[in-house]
Amino acid sequence: MALPLGLHIAVQHLLHRRRQTLTSLLGVALGVAFFIGIASMMQGFQRDFINRVINVAPHVTIKDEFRVPPPQPVEVAHPDAAVELRGIKPKDEVRGIRGARAIIDSLEEMPGVRVAPTLSGQILLRFGSKDVSANVTGIVPEKERRVTKLEEDLIAGSLDDLYTAANGIIIGEGIAQKAGIGVGDLISVVSPEGVVMKMKVVGIFSSGITLMDNFDTYALLKKAQVLQDRPNVINRIRIRLDDVEQAAPLAQRLEARFGYRTESWQEQSKNVLGIFVIQNAIMYSTVGAILIVACFGIFNVISTVVFEKTRDIGILKSMGFREGDIRRIFVYQGLIVGFVGMLIGWALGFGLVEFMGSIKFNMEGFIRSQGFILYKTPRHYAISGAMALTASTLAAWLPARRASRLNPVDIVRGAA
Amino acid sequence: MNDAVPTVAAQAMTRVLPGPVPVTLVRDIDLAVMPGEFVAVTGPSGSGKSSLLYLLGLLDVPSSGKVLLQGAETAGLPADALADMRLARVGFVFQFHFLLPEFTALANVEIPMRRLRQRSDDEAAARARELLDGLGLADHAHKYPDQLSGGQRQRVAIARALANDPPLLLADEPTGNLDTRTAHLVFELFGRLAHEQGRSVVVVTHDQELAAMADRRIHIVDGAIVD
Repeated sequence: MALPLGLHIAVQHLLHRRRQTLTSLLGVALGVAFFIGIASMMQGFQRDFINRVINVAPHVTIKDEFRVPPPQPVEVAHPDAAVELRGIKPKDEVRGIRGARAIIDSLEEMPGVRVAPTLSGQILLRFGSKDVSANVTGIVPEKERRVTKLEEDLIAGSLDDLYTAANGIIIGEGIAQKAGIGVGDLISVVSPEGVVMKMKVVGIFSSGITLMDNFDTYALLKKAQVLQDRPNVINRIRIRLDDVEQAAPLAQRLEARFGYRTESWQEQSKNVLGIFVIQNAIMYSTVGAILIVACFGIFNVISTVVFEKTRDIGILKSMGFREGDIRRIFVYQGLIVGFVGMLIGWALGFGLVEFMGSIKFNMEGFIRSQGFILYKTPRHYAISGAMALTASTLAAWLPARRASRLNPVDIVRGAA
Repeated sequence: MNDAVPTVAAQAMTRVLPGPVPVTLVRDIDLAVMPGEFVAVTGPSGSGKSSLLYLLGLLDVPSSGKVLLQGAETAGLPADALADMRLARVGFVFQFHFLLPEFTALANVEIPMRRLRQRSDDEAAARARELLDGLGLADHAHKYPDQLSGGQRQRVAIARALANDPPLLLADEPTGNLDTRTAHLVFELFGRLAHEQGRSVVVVTHDQELAAMADRRIHIVDGAIVD
């Protein structure tokens, strides 16, 4: 009895249409629960991927490439002319970042920036009768360990073992499994330059990012330079930042300053990050669709109630209820369905997330994991709750407005 | 009573339903109902009896002319202000009881009081019980409308109309669905409400015999008072 009158009437209306009320409650609850479940799963995966990328890969990489090929002299000379060039022969110059030493020195002076020079290139690993193509990155271990988490990802061996073996190489877990290579094995490595080198596997790493584990290997920078026949050349400058958010603006500044193509981690993973955007769009539209269906349910219930309660509306108005009072009665009904549905949905969503967390399986996509990676945050509850309340209020608004505008004279005259 | 202000007064009141063919519901009505007066409105069906009642009760607004409620001008007031006046000063009883089916008799009577918010919930409950007792419904307070007979429901509806102690009670064919004996009892009740409690009671009926129980009879034909 302590309920305000409008709310009291609203509750009574809903209680007298239990089945329909329950159906629309369930619709809202499922929408909310699915949102929480799916959002937790997707964002869990996305955040995990980004974390791994941020931990494992450099935040900014300067490459020995240019975003736009340098213009031909004739195009510079005649900027407005229609020029057709045939049979252009590119200059056969040694690739690599020129003045890498100076660039590295100037970068190291920046606060919060750590730098490691590397040379990366293609190789073919040969072990017994197995051939595996891979990237080799020539590193300087003491610099590398400041820039990437390679050392922490090693499941066998250590970075310093690169120095102790004559020709040491560290390979990814995927390569090791594919070719059946273990630590201590001697393998032949062939580069596109035709250099063949016997190398000893001194370490195996597992980053959890499938692409890296299947294709990346590491050797000392000097050895990589010999292998690629590019003495003293550096073609990647890898940078790690204290503040990851600075990666994109810093990359832009460095590219403007040095001219070389400079990629932030976002740009290097942009295919995957692009998929995330699409994933999120799919998630929001799926949940949105569920909620829209639920709203039709609410709209339906309240429209039916308004239709059935026409006489009651007439008497309430003749009694002295204002239009706003009548409207409130029916908007309350939508709000109640939305609110209770939200609470049930929260409980279901919580259960769903816990359930998904308990499932164990091996997954290998962009990353490897055992089971769903879930991200739990009150934000998902807040967003889904706000969506449910807004949607149900909107769904109730239309029939409520119609109810409030009914003319009591028509009602009592029609019935009398 | 001569110097008293009429509870409700109509002055040159006309109501026309607009449309391609305008329909005149009531025309040029002059009427004053004093406190303690019990008035019966009679007339053939479609003569405008009910329309007159809705206009007097501020449920409808005249096209021209005025309605004064306890001397207060009501023309041009916004819908919300009219609703507030109805809530505090007018009680309606219709041919069909129009009780809210989800609420008990007692709860139905409490509704206007809870809307007006001049009484606490406890006071409202006490007054509702008192009103039901006065109408011989003490044992039925906690029954739902579908558990009551037609006469009982109509008495609950009357109790509800009296909940906020309105000076004006309007009834539209309140006995249309009741047997003769019950109808007589209801009319006697209206007489008492007028004479003992000083309310103005206006009842629309087509039953001449019942109308004879009122202090004054108004006969309406084609929307106009004929005698």
